[in-house]
Order: sequence, then structure tokens, then C-alpha cells
Amino acid sequence: MALADTRTTTDAVRRALTGRRRDLGGRLFESGLLLTLLIALATLIVLLAKIFGQGWSVFAERGTSFLTSPMSQAAGRAGIWQGIVGSLMLMAFVVVIAFPLGVGAAVYLEEYARDTRFTRFVNANIRNLAGVPSIVYGLLGLTIFVELLGFGRSVIAGGVTLAILVLPIVIITTAEALRAVPNSIREAGFGVGATKWEVVRSHVLPYAAPGIFTGTVLSISRALGETAPLLLVGAIQGTFFTGSQSLLERLQGLYTSLPTVIYTWSRQPNPDFQKLTAAAIMVLLVVLLMVNATAILLRNRYERKW
Amino acid sequence: MNEPSETTTGRARFALGPQRGDVGERELVFDVYDLSVSYGGVQAVRDVTLPIRVREITALIGPSGCGKTTVLRCLNRMNDLIDGVRIEGQVRYHGVDLYHRGVDPVEVRRRIGMVFQKPNPFPKSVFENVAFGPRIAGFKGDMGALVEESLRKAALWDEVKDKLKDSAMTLSGGQQQRLCIARAIAVEPDVILMDEPCSALDPIATARIEDLMRELVADYTIVIVTHNMQQAARVSDRTAFFTVDVDEAGHRTGTVVEYDQTEVVFTNPRDKRTEDYVTGRFG
Amino acid sequence: MLGGGGAQAPRPVLTVADLRGTSRRRRKGRLIRGAFLSAAAVSVLISALIVVALVGEAVVFLSKTDLRSLWSDGWFPRRDMFDIRTIFAGTVIVSLIAMLVAAPLGLGAAIYLSEYASQRVRRRLKPALETLAGIPSVVMGFFALTVISPDLIRRLFSGAGIFNMAAAGIGVGILVTPLVASIAEDAMHAVPNSLREASYGLAARRRSTSVRVVVPAAVSGIVAALIVGVSRAIGETMVVAIAAGATGGSLFTLNPLGPGQTMTGAMAALGTGSDRVTGGTAAFNSLFFVGLLLFAMTLGLNVVSERFVRKVRRRY
Repeated sequence: MALADTRTTTDAVRRALTGRRRDLGGRLFESGLLLTLLIALATLIVLLAKIFGQGWSVFAERGTSFLTSPMSQAAGRAGIWQGIVGSLMLMAFVVVIAFPLGVGAAVYLEEYARDTRFTRFVNANIRNLAGVPSIVYGLLGLTIFVELLGFGRSVIAGGVTLAILVLPIVIITTAEALRAVPNSIREAGFGVGATKWEVVRSHVLPYAAPGIFTGTVLSISRALGETAPLLLVGAIQGTFFTGSQSLLERLQGLYTSLPTVIYTWSRQPNPDFQKLTAAAIMVLLVVLLMVNATAILLRNRYERKW
Repeated sequence: MNEPSETTTGRARFALGPQRGDVGERELVFDVYDLSVSYGGVQAVRDVTLPIRVREITALIGPSGCGKTTVLRCLNRMNDLIDGVRIEGQVRYHGVDLYHRGVDPVEVRRRIGMVFQKPNPFPKSVFENVAFGPRIAGFKGDMGALVEESLRKAALWDEVKDKLKDSAMTLSGGQQQRLCIARAIAVEPDVILMDEPCSALDPIATARIEDLMRELVADYTIVIVTHNMQQAARVSDRTAFFTVDVDEAGHRTGTVVEYDQTEVVFTNPRDKRTEDYVTGRFG
Repeated sequence: MLGGGGAQAPRPVLTVADLRGTSRRRRKGRLIRGAFLSAAAVSVLISALIVVALVGEAVVFLSKTDLRSLWSDGWFPRRDMFDIRTIFAGTVIVSLIAMLVAAPLGLGAAIYLSEYASQRVRRRLKPALETLAGIPSVVMGFFALTVISPDLIRRLFSGAGIFNMAAAGIGVGILVTPLVASIAEDAMHAVPNSLREASYGLAARRRSTSVRVVVPAAVSGIVAALIVGVSRAIGETMVVAIAAGATGGSLFTLNPLGPGQTMTGAMAALGTGSDRVTGGTAAFNSLFFVGLLLFAMTLGLNVVSERFVRKVRRRY
């Protein structure tokens, strides 16, 4: 059975070639696919609209006092100040701990380590750690930092826990940035007699810096939104009073974070707290947006220099 | 338009395979007239005129970059897949304008098949590779028989008949390319286009495919692009020689210099550039 | 004496010692290498600590409790009822609903972006999809409770509770969709264009090429994407903690329209209740037992997905 019409009269060929043009099934398929994409994006838009719609009234009524008030049982007075302070302190810990450790580990794995079973095991292990649910890190923090090492339910314990949580992400993104550095740059360094460290410090790291910064900033943005581990490690959900404490007292005492505040408020039966929750989420999303925009900005700015 | 010259009698300097008599009067499959192609504003090929005759092997030869593959891909509308391509001039297939608005490129490709430079079998079984085209076209008959017939015509059946369920990726390079030929044959096309089909293969595999081409041409029209001019001389009935024109701004545009029976192009070319190329003075 | 062409004064010879560099330089290099090595070793230490912490406390839990309580009527840890089936069923239901959302949305978006979208469209839509991945889970939990539950679930099923696993599942699914889409799209994008050309050359249309050639060729990556999605869905905590209810405990239930307890939700509830203060009760230790189970499940899934990713790399 011939599949093609091979009679070569011009009319027959023309009829055959201009025949089926409509392909309904194909167009439906394409529309269906586009629809899935649009549904995913539509939920994002609906979410943002709902949050901003509900939360805006809080700012309209109270202005910045919402940002500077402490937590309170009274919806009219409650604010997210302690959440903001707590989140900032936590992020400080995350940066100070995860950045050097993460970059250091990645530098070892990409620049120094040879391809041995141990190296491959370490790499696989890091990839596994990246996939561990965040609440399990909370268990780790609870056992080791809160109880074993005696940090108690403090910002220190919380900060270190979050740092460990994002450490695999920093390592993976830094390793990718290092891999992207062309070998010719390293060879140029070695060619003039530099040691491995000198080559890494003055040639590889500067080249990979934009990618490394982006990765670190993205981990910060991830850590900012985390709640589950902090719940286990001791972030306070009720109201508490920090008042005029010294820095040391603050580090060792009660604390909370912005996402924890959001969690607490979202569970309040009092409907007034719904608006407050939405307003707090607004602040969190805006901060995340700024952090991510900084990452992109940093990357572009450094990339232009090369 | 080049008028074919009188067929020479007797043996030519290059072995041209079986002589074909009465070549000049064969029916036209493709009437390419003043074809020009540009990619994203840059003109790649200019004013190509190539009448291609039925059940002949037409070879497009010339140095790299003169638009041979571009012209070939115009014949089955494969260039449609590239963003920003502009096609001017006429490409008529059995008298029908291929680029007419109402023409469905998918129908075109059902009749004008293609074999690519690097063998590209699907990561499926040998059987599924050959069955793919007919299945897409809605073939309802005995697939096993169709697959066997296509593999026989591609001179591959004996080597794979016990391996039909094995992955095509386990075949050698030459076998994979013959599988691609079988795959193209399975949809029962009118024309087979081949884009440097042997350039990724060793000499033995190349020779087998060249033999295969001379068998296939009894049933199909074949147009082949090759940068191996000895291959063109061995295999083709008609040859078009392409070259590159460089203008003052340095823009390179491909164009056809000479198009005639293969014997003429290789033994008695009209243009000096052709002569230089086929005698190896450049390219 | 055979001196050859004139015996001159012996030339200074270069020894290995000359080419070794100063000992100070070498020591510094070793120290630096050691420092980086320790940083990498920390990652191994962390894994070890996780295992030790979880296993240690889980063993304490198992030794303290009557093992029959692991098969009770429900998960009520403060009443010493530790029915694992309840929270396991909760996890399965929420994850199943999540994947029912994430698989079609994620794979559909991936196929569209990889095979249909032009460069311009792809450049705009891909970052938008990534933004969805950046939404913190507390935010999605709030959204699930205040929008998905009332406006979707309860509108379709009038008998559904305010807190229900379906809303939580959908919320988790939305969070997982960008992950599935990204991994699947990478896998499809990696399929060489020569295969697509072969398909078009055989008179296939875009739909046939996408579905019959590209997707089968990318299947390992697609499976990996789905497995990673499941792993993420299983580990998701805050959406469930906010929207699925049942913080005190839950009877064994398979009804997605009502509240329910997942493994992660149970952990969150245990970690934030008043038991924290005491820390010695069986309820508190059950936290680690569940954590160990969760860790083992996600670890297993991640290992399996790694093998699929390796299959992708081998093919080409």
C-alpha cells in the first residue's frame, strides 16, 4: 500500500499537498499545554492580589507603626518589629557561618580534591542534604545546639540551625560557579608559577564571584522564609517582651522571626488577625523581592567588569 | 537555465556507473528557479536554478559554506524550522509551488524524505525507528512486512533481522545510517534528499551506501549534497557545482556555477572555477 | 682518562631540592588545603549528626513505649497513641493530591516551554515560574487556608471542613510545580536537535515529535523530576501545619475533605506544644521517631532520583 500519492500530474500533487491543513488535535494539545503554564502563573497572581488586597488596609490605617510595634494580643496594636529584628539577627548568623563554610567546601571539592571515592561520596552526601526536609534540620538543631551544646532556645541556636540548612545550597551553587570558570584562566595562573591557593584567590574566585554571590543571596532568601526548623528550635510564637536588653541578652534570650509571626497569627481564630497576617506576608514578600533583586543586580554589576 | 549537452559515448575518465541513455528528456521532479535564501537578513544563497529530473541522482558539490545544504533543505521545507529564514524565488515540485500559502509542509515531507549528515536514529528499537514514520502517517497494514521491506531495500535486513527489538544505538555508524535510510524509505517517499550522508562514516561503510544509492535510484529520485567530489563522480547522474561569491563588504553568498551531466562537469567543464575545483586546484 | 672534549670545571647541577620551593610556602599551602578540606568535611559531619540525633532519640522512644501503641486507632501523642498508619496515610494523601496538581501542571509547562515557546516567550515565562518556587511555605499555607479551602474546596464539596487535607495538598502541589517543571524542562532541552529534525523529516508534526520522540528520549529526567517532586511534597511542613488542621491529633482517616495529620504536621505540632518544655515524655521522643522515618523516606527517594539523573547523562 503506497502511503504517498506518487502520481505525478500537477493537479494530483497540488491536491495532495494542500489537503489536510487543520490539525485540530495538535492545536488543542498546544492550547492545553499553554493552559497548564498559565494556571500555574495565575495562582501566583491570585495569591499576590489576595495578600496585598487584604494587607493594604493595615498599612493604610496604621502606617509604619505596624512595622515598629511589638507583638500583642490586641490586633489593633500588634506589629512585626520583633519578627524583623529576629530575622535580621538570624540572617547575620546564616551569612557568617554558611558563606565561609560553603565557599570553602566548594573550593576544596572543585579545586583541590581529586576524583576519588571519598570525593564522590562527599558530593553525593551534599546533594542528599539539599533534599532533606527542613524540619529535620530543626530536630538536629534541637538535639545538638539547644540541648547538647547548651545554647538553649536562643537566636544562636536558631541561626546556626538555619546556616546548616542552607549550607548545601551554598556549596552547590558555589561549585557550579567554580566549574564555569574556564580552565585557561587557571592555566594562565599556574603558568607563571603561582601556587594553587594563589591561583584560586586571584584568578578563579574573582571570576566566579558573581555566581557565588548570587548563590549566597539566594540561600539567604531561602533562609528568610523558613519556619519549621525554627519552631522546633525555639522561636517564640506568643507575645514576649524584649524591651531594653543588651545585645548579649538578646542573643541568649527569647526571639522570633517574621515567618514565625506569620505562622502564629495565621492560626489565631480572631478574624482581625487575618489582615495582620496578610500585612506581615506583604512585608516578607517585599523583603524577599528586594533580596532577590539585589542578587540579580550584584551579578549584573560584577559581570560587566569582565 | 542550463541545457543538457549531448551524452558522450564510450568510457569517461572517471567511472560513472551504468550509462543512462536519453537523459535529457526525463520528467522534472523539481523545478528550482532563481532561488535565494537569507538567514536573519544575511543572504546565504543567490539565484539558484536547478531542474532536477526523476529517478536520477543529482549531486550538489562545492567547498564548505556555499549553501548546498541550504538549497537541499529548501526542497522539503526543512528550512521552515529555522527562525528568521527568508526564501525567494520558486521551488516547484511536479509543477506545484512548494511555498504556496496553502501547502502543508508536513505533506511535503511525507513525499520528500531526508537523510542527515550524522546518523540520527531515535533512541528506540530498530523496529520502532523504521515504524515511526508510517505510524505517524496512519499506516494500518502489516507493519512487520513494511519494516522488513524497508530494511531490505536499505540493504540492512540481513544484519538486523535478529536484532529488531534491540536499541538502534547499538548499531555501528554505517548501520545506523542505513537504518536512517530505511526509516526514510518506510514512508514510501517520492524523493530522498541526502545531506552528506557518508561524511561521518568510514570508507567501507561509505562504499556500501554508495552502492545502495545506485540501487535505490531505480525507484526514487535522489538529491545528494557531498563535499567529496569523487563520490559525486562515482555515483551521480547530474552534478551542480556551487561556489561562494564574496562582495566588497566581505559578505559570502553561495551560488551555482555550473550544472550539467556529471560526466561533462568532471571531464569537460565550461567554467574555469569548476575546472579548478574538480581537478583539485582548490577546495 | 677519557675526558671527551675537554674536562672543564663541574657545572652546577639542578637537584630536585631546588625545584621544591621553600618549606614555608609548602606548609602554608598544606594548611590552606587542610582548611578547605575541613569545610568540606563539615558536610559529612552534619549528615552523621543528623543520623545520630535521630536514631538515638528514636531508640529511646521505642524503648520507652509499648510497641502496640504504634498500631492504635489514631495519632494522639499526648495520650500515648502513636498510630503510624494515621500520619503515614495523611502524608500519602497530601502528597498524592500535591502530585496530581504538580505533575500535569509541571510537565505541561515543561513541554510547552521546551518544545513550543519561542525564545522571547521562554525568557519571560521561565523567571515567572521560578518566582513561584520562591514563595515561602507559610505564605502558601495562609493562602491554602484563606483562599483554596473556602473558595475552591468548600465551594465544590459543601461538606468539607475549614481545615482539610485537599486544600493543603493543592497548596503543596503549587509549591512543587516549578521544581518538577524545571527539572523536566532541562531534561527535554537536553535532547539533541538532530532527533527533532529526524522526526520532522519523517513528516511528523510538533505534537507527535514532542510526545513520541522528545518525551521518551527525556524520560529518565522526567521521572527524576517527579521523584524529586514527591520528595519535596513529603517533606513540606508549614502548608500542612496551617491548612490541614488536626494539631492535637487525628483518627485514622482517608478523607481528604476533612482535617488530617501528616508526618511533618505531627512533628510541627509536637515541637510547638507544651511538651517541649518537659522534653522527657514519650510524646516528645516520638518526634524523633517520626523524623527518622521521614528522613529515611526522603533519602531513599533522593537516591533513586539520582540514579535516574545519571541515566540521562549516559544516554548522550
